Amino acid sequence: MSTGITKNAGINTNPSSTDEFIKGLWRENPVFVQVLGMCPVLAVSNTAENALAMGLATAFVLLMSNILVASLRNFIPKQVRIASFILIIATFVTIVDYAIQAISVDLHKNLGAFISLIVVNCLILSRAEAFASKNTISKSIMDALGMGLGFVFALFCLGAVRELLGNGTLFDIGVFPNGFQEWIIMILPAGGFFTLALWLLLFNFFKSKKVQV
Amino acid sequence: MSTEKTISPQAGAPQGSKKMLTAMVGIGVFCALLIVLTFEGTKDRIERLRAEALEKAVFNVLPGITKTRIFQMTAEGQFLPSDGQDRSKTLVYAGYDEADTFVGVAIEASGQGYADVIRILFGYNPSTQTVVGFYVLESKETPGLGDKIEKDENFLANFRELSVALSADLSQVENKVIPVKQGSKTKAWEVDGITGATISSRAIGNIIGESSAIMVPLIYSQLESFKSDVNK
Repeated sequence: MSTGITKNAGINTNPSSTDEFIKGLWRENPVFVQVLGMCPVLAVSNTAENALAMGLATAFVLLMSNILVASLRNFIPKQVRIASFILIIATFVTIVDYAIQAISVDLHKNLGAFISLIVVNCLILSRAEAFASKNTISKSIMDALGMGLGFVFALFCLGAVRELLGNGTLFDIGVFPNGFQEWIIMILPAGGFFTLALWLLLFNFFKSKKVQV
Repeated sequence: MSTEKTISPQAGAPQGSKKMLTAMVGIGVFCALLIVLTFEGTKDRIERLRAEALEKAVFNVLPGITKTRIFQMTAEGQFLPSDGQDRSKTLVYAGYDEADTFVGVAIEASGQGYADVIRILFGYNPSTQTVVGFYVLESKETPGLGDKIEKDENFLANFRELSVALSADLSQVENKVIPVKQGSKTKAWEVDGITGATISSRAIGNIIGESSAIMVPLIYSQLESFKSDVNK
């Protein structure tokens, strides 16, 4: 949403690579600030492990597609850029899909259809279109790393809270004493909305405090 | 770039199309190459992991076995040894213990659950004529509710000794397996359901009921082919 404007302003002032990295991680966090890619954020954040795996898969696709788009930015004609970006993104999603299957059958079973849906994650396409296609490879790498890790961080924040309260565990390890009554709603879809709302509240609270200071 | 095109569209068009075509074809070929390389690189490991997962499931549903062999069912209902490669055929997995004695057969079955099709594996022991184990291979049931079919201890206890005894003439299952409400199981062939996962647990009862009604009489009539094949 806010991406285009903030970014253009950023390019004009010629920020350093570290700035590009920090930007995605915190200031323009894809989930907590830009509110992008909500489908996997809400659907696959029911456990910390799923959230982390999904976040890393998305970050890998983002990084690789940013590198390729930035390297080919002078070769891709403007008229077919979106088609080319989708082709590049879909390729890396397929690669990630095979890689996850080769890592663990159970993990692939848990992430299900959401791996294929990384193709249509607006975060990746927006970075390719708004950043990588206009910047050098090194800057695009820093941007992708920042945004990717920002996405992993946000998904993990959601997944950890949902698993802790909904299952009483973290990474399948029991955290609470035996008598703990799980809040099943937290691992159901509604729990995703509640947890996201609470994190957004917290994030905006910190932001508003910083502005006041 | 765009200004140049608006000024002389006719002159720029053929060259522009050629550039677009080259870019798309070039990227397409490159991407195809990347996918093929990844596919070839991961194929063996993916197949091995899948086979391992299935084997683990077979050991899970047939307690006490140390060895398995795959059989495929022909259109005439004959069971023949197979390498398990042809996934279009109905496959069953015979289990043998340390002394190479035939223990039972793991049968794959599927049916509609609450969210999507549920694929399961259940173990059949012909000597006691019971289902002795059950494992969910694939399910998209609601986390926390429907997925209790994989975790609920009381529900899983149904499948330690579920009767699929044959009628006197051995042509059919005497009492088809049926799901019942939680706590109302009185007969050996009934599957006690789960409150809060009614549809999913009922689906499991029905899947086993349907599948065992067809497979159990067939397997029982050909026990010798499973027993005799162990040392081949």
